[in-house]
Amino acid sequence: MAKVLVVTSGKGGVGKTTTTAAMGAALAQAGEKVVVVDFDVGLRNLDLVLGAERRVVFDLINVVHGVAKLPQALIRDKRLENLWLLPASQTKDKDALTEDGVGRVITELRKTFDWVVCDSPAGIERGAMLAMRYADEAIIVTNPEVSSVRDSDRIIGMLDSKTVRAENGERVEKHILITRYDPGRAARGEMLSIDDVLEILATPLLGIVPESQDVLRASNVGCPVTLNSPASAPARAYHDAMRRLLGEEVEMQIPSERKGLMNLLLGRRAA
Amino acid sequence: MVMSASAETVRPVIRLRGRSYVAFVFSPVVPIADWLSELDATLKGSPGFFVGKPIVLDLSAVDLSPLAITHLIKSIESRNIRVLGLEGVEQARLSLGMPPLLSGGRHCAVQEIEPEKPQLQQPTSLLLDQPVRSGQSIVFPDGDVTVLGAVSSGAEIVAGGSIHVYGALRGRAMAGINGNSAARIYCQKIEAELVAIDGYYQTAEQIDAALRGRAAQARLEGHSMKIVALN
Repeated sequence: MAKVLVVTSGKGGVGKTTTTAAMGAALAQAGEKVVVVDFDVGLRNLDLVLGAERRVVFDLINVVHGVAKLPQALIRDKRLENLWLLPASQTKDKDALTEDGVGRVITELRKTFDWVVCDSPAGIERGAMLAMRYADEAIIVTNPEVSSVRDSDRIIGMLDSKTVRAENGERVEKHILITRYDPGRAARGEMLSIDDVLEILATPLLGIVPESQDVLRASNVGCPVTLNSPASAPARAYHDAMRRLLGEEVEMQIPSERKGLMNLLLGRRAA
Repeated sequence: MVMSASAETVRPVIRLRGRSYVAFVFSPVVPIADWLSELDATLKGSPGFFVGKPIVLDLSAVDLSPLAITHLIKSIESRNIRVLGLEGVEQARLSLGMPPLLSGGRHCAVQEIEPEKPQLQQPTSLLLDQPVRSGQSIVFPDGDVTVLGAVSSGAEIVAGGSIHVYGALRGRAMAGINGNSAARIYCQKIEAELVAIDGYYQTAEQIDAALRGRAAQARLEGHSMKIVALN
């Protein structure tokens, strides 16, 4: 059965697009047939992170408006044969999406793919609503800081009320993914603790992705972090999260600070 | 009994009051003999049905002589059915001793009227078994609100009655909004941005820091709000 997964957050800059790319790639690596859909119409970032920006001909808006057929707009990843991308339009504005149109595209995608991963734009406007509208499951990406947690809380409220599932009296299965977690700052009390975040959001935890240069590096070369540096801490965190999403029991790793010699020497000054 | 002689106390002995009743109407058709035997068959099915229930005889469908009318009334009364009045016949055909002529009857559907049950007071409370998320606003002016989860910061609960939160209260809680100063606010963990009862409020800064994170109750004492810990 095809599942529609929305990656959402409320607040911007928390790592939704990175997470969509990484989770999409991880699911594809696990043998699932995956399409990642960029709902951030007007901005278009997911194609960059996946390194497909030069191959975009048709986009989501074209398909919604019937200008192009779905197979024309789908871009197959060059590294993973199970991973596809439906890019966003950069030239149209976000009002070009319609609920019916999005519904038709999602229904069509459900027929071909195991997972439809929707990268939501930030905020609580129409774009974000449409991205979550047809979702079966949701990953709420949260940073361990108060503003991000509060916005996530708001988004969870909307997932519980404004989605098709919610309106039919069903539930959207929700998962919290904590990203940009800095063990050093958490230890010094400069970040909310994992427990605080989970207590406020009262939603199950899918994984904790540590803040890492590997993520930035992977984005800049246009490759999901799970593919680019699979041994890195964030890649392993995303892999574990993917396995939990597929229903496996995986022990939760809370990233801890690695005290190298340089850290010991420079740690005091680093803050 | 001694009557008073004074003129002022004399009152009319007979007082007239209007009242209306529901009565069954019999409309005999010719031939009368067949109609009577049909009545007999009905009575056989439920012998007690007309006992004590006077009926009105509607003669508009038949053209009977005064003698025949007398005979018909007798026949009906011999079956233990009392004729209360007649309808649909000229006054001239009636003789003394017959039931009076009635007019102006209205049609009505005969139905068993159930004794009215005392209206049960609907319990006026709202139960929320999920956390109230930031940005949500729950307004329930009719009574109490009970939340089984937390009330997030940025969320608000507005209730006509009391507010009960079986989680952390981080948002705003406004109880007794219709001027109910007896309303109270209870929570398992007080971290509220604002608590208000009947317009009197305290913001997070005014709430005693020692209470933070504890189970607490807020109520009004005159014109001031008291927030105390629940042990």
